[in-house]
Amino acid sequence: MVNQNLYNYILGIGDNSLILGQRLGELCGHGPSLETDIAGTNISLDLIGQTRSYYQYAAKLSEKEITEDDIAFLRSEREYRNTLLVEQPNTHFGFVIARQYLFDVFHLLLLQELQHSKDDTLAAIAKKGIKEVSYHKRFSGDWIKRLGDGTEESNEKMQEAIDGLWRYTDELFEMTDADKEMVTEGIGVDLSKLKETYYQEVTELLTEATLQVPERKYFNYGGKKGVHTEHMGYLLADLQYMQRTYPNMQW
Amino acid sequence: MSEKEVKNLEAIFEARIARDEKIEPKDWMPEKYRKTHIRQISQHAHSEIIGMLPEGNWITRAPSLRRKAALLAKVQDEAGHGLYLYSACETLGVSRDELYEQLHTGKAKYSSIFNYPTITWADMGAIGWLVDGAAIINQVPLCNTSYGPYARAMVRVCKEESFHQRQGYEIMLTLCNGTPEQKEMAQDALNRWWWPSLMMLGPTDAESVHTEQSMKWKLKRKTNDELRQQFIDQTVPQADILGITVPDPDLKWNEETGHYDFGEIDWDEFWQVVKGHGPCNKERMNARVGAWERGTWVRDAAMAYAEKQEKKKVSKAS
Amino acid sequence: MKKNWPLWEVFVRSKNGLEHRHFGSLHAADAEMALENARDVYTRRNEGVSIWVVESKHITASNPENNGEMFEPAQDKIYRHPTFYNLPDELKHM
Repeated sequence: MVNQNLYNYILGIGDNSLILGQRLGELCGHGPSLETDIAGTNISLDLIGQTRSYYQYAAKLSEKEITEDDIAFLRSEREYRNTLLVEQPNTHFGFVIARQYLFDVFHLLLLQELQHSKDDTLAAIAKKGIKEVSYHKRFSGDWIKRLGDGTEESNEKMQEAIDGLWRYTDELFEMTDADKEMVTEGIGVDLSKLKETYYQEVTELLTEATLQVPERKYFNYGGKKGVHTEHMGYLLADLQYMQRTYPNMQW
Repeated sequence: MSEKEVKNLEAIFEARIARDEKIEPKDWMPEKYRKTHIRQISQHAHSEIIGMLPEGNWITRAPSLRRKAALLAKVQDEAGHGLYLYSACETLGVSRDELYEQLHTGKAKYSSIFNYPTITWADMGAIGWLVDGAAIINQVPLCNTSYGPYARAMVRVCKEESFHQRQGYEIMLTLCNGTPEQKEMAQDALNRWWWPSLMMLGPTDAESVHTEQSMKWKLKRKTNDELRQQFIDQTVPQADILGITVPDPDLKWNEETGHYDFGEIDWDEFWQVVKGHGPCNKERMNARVGAWERGTWVRDAAMAYAEKQEKKKVSKAS
Repeated sequence: MKKNWPLWEVFVRSKNGLEHRHFGSLHAADAEMALENARDVYTRRNEGVSIWVVESKHITASNPENNGEMFEPAQDKIYRHPTFYNLPDELKHM
């Protein structure tokens, strides 16, 4: 008997890495400099690597004969559990950096707790991920400062991106049924406890970057329940293109 | 400097290269040497970064996570190689921005192969196998070229590229061992990439203007035709292992020469693409120029921030 | 504003016990970015445990035109090398 909650929980975490990795992959060759292209690809590769670890573990837990790729490529949109934040498009470099930073701060807090999970495999994946994600946060945080406190134009663009993405931040801390169940079993992380630290840390950095912290009471949710923004369908159309066009083949 | 002195320096310079000594950035060098190197190294660098585009086209659609990671890493390497080569070029007194400017205005050339479209997943296999295969043949001898920074960049490039061709061939192998539809996809990719790959090794020796001087400076060790023959001889057996057919009815093993004979290359097509009228010349250039222009505010912001920080440091110190 | 990112030289220690070696160069707006770029560009195959970056303009290089006076005088000071001294073969390890 599989632990369906555990299975869903792993997918919830892994999907964030997959979808953000996919978004960054779109940028490869189109960034503002060669050096940033290389850096962005490194982050994407870290995320795809994490995705594979999560999905391989989930596939092992499943009763069905499935692989990491079945999980990555063969679900319907409603079955992806990633947060809305990570699926947002690369509108401009400010959005890329804002999305990255707003996720990285959460991601690191999550993994720092997850490394103490009772589930050894998850704990091990988290431990490895901490080093990668610490670097991601350093990279994106540095860029927030550069763009926020750079030129007038860059400050405006960075602010636009922060304002545009802020409404997706609260969802990062939403607790699904699988989340709650996993917390009681000592496997999962109580996200509500991360929230204060998160907003405190983000506020500090945005302030240092001479950016306004949005004051907002209303947030958007849905990704964790599989109700995504309209961007998601197109992202999946790309992601799943080969598997859908040529079903049941090895690549 | 008098003409006689220059002649004398040139003679010493040529003798150093003939003795296999390396030339380093601050050494005296004939103007023509400098210009030729700027042209070749920057062309090479441009090819790497334009080369990111046709393959980058498939990153989001790679059919498995393993393939996605490998392709990302490969395209990233190309960015790295472009960077190493631009750096080598900059030691000759030209900035990367000037080199970009030459690329973006169409003044500088890059390898014409990247002006062909990547329309199926099999193209990722064919590019790795054929295009990188041809590139390696071109590049390995450059590890010993006379200009130190170029040679060192090429050592790094060749070391890193060793996985690229294997990555491509493995994709082809998987397709050829797959369903009939997959094998057909592989054959179609070979059909489309074979001739452009042969052209990639440059015009025939009779047409090639730079060969003699380049040989002397070790920018070239073999002629274009010799390299092409080497490429064909090593690639045809690899196609046999895959079980797909090289699209050349005249291709035949020649016992006497110990080489493959092959058919006529369509040089009109080659020159058409070189002159900017290939299937994707416009798209590639738009993508590069667009990325560069969209990045202006980002690069400017980073400089402005750096200057502010520097000022803060200075005012703190005083 | 038209100011390009300056050039930096990158030095990498491949493992403890070895010296930092010149690996290449890159462009970056500031030192922090140069360090991050160097990490992503030059150590993505696990090539390093420590990185130095220095803006290229801060390097002072000797001029090859002066190589005669700079380096040739050292060529004939062979008494600086152990092989200059004649010792009996029986004497080992010195």
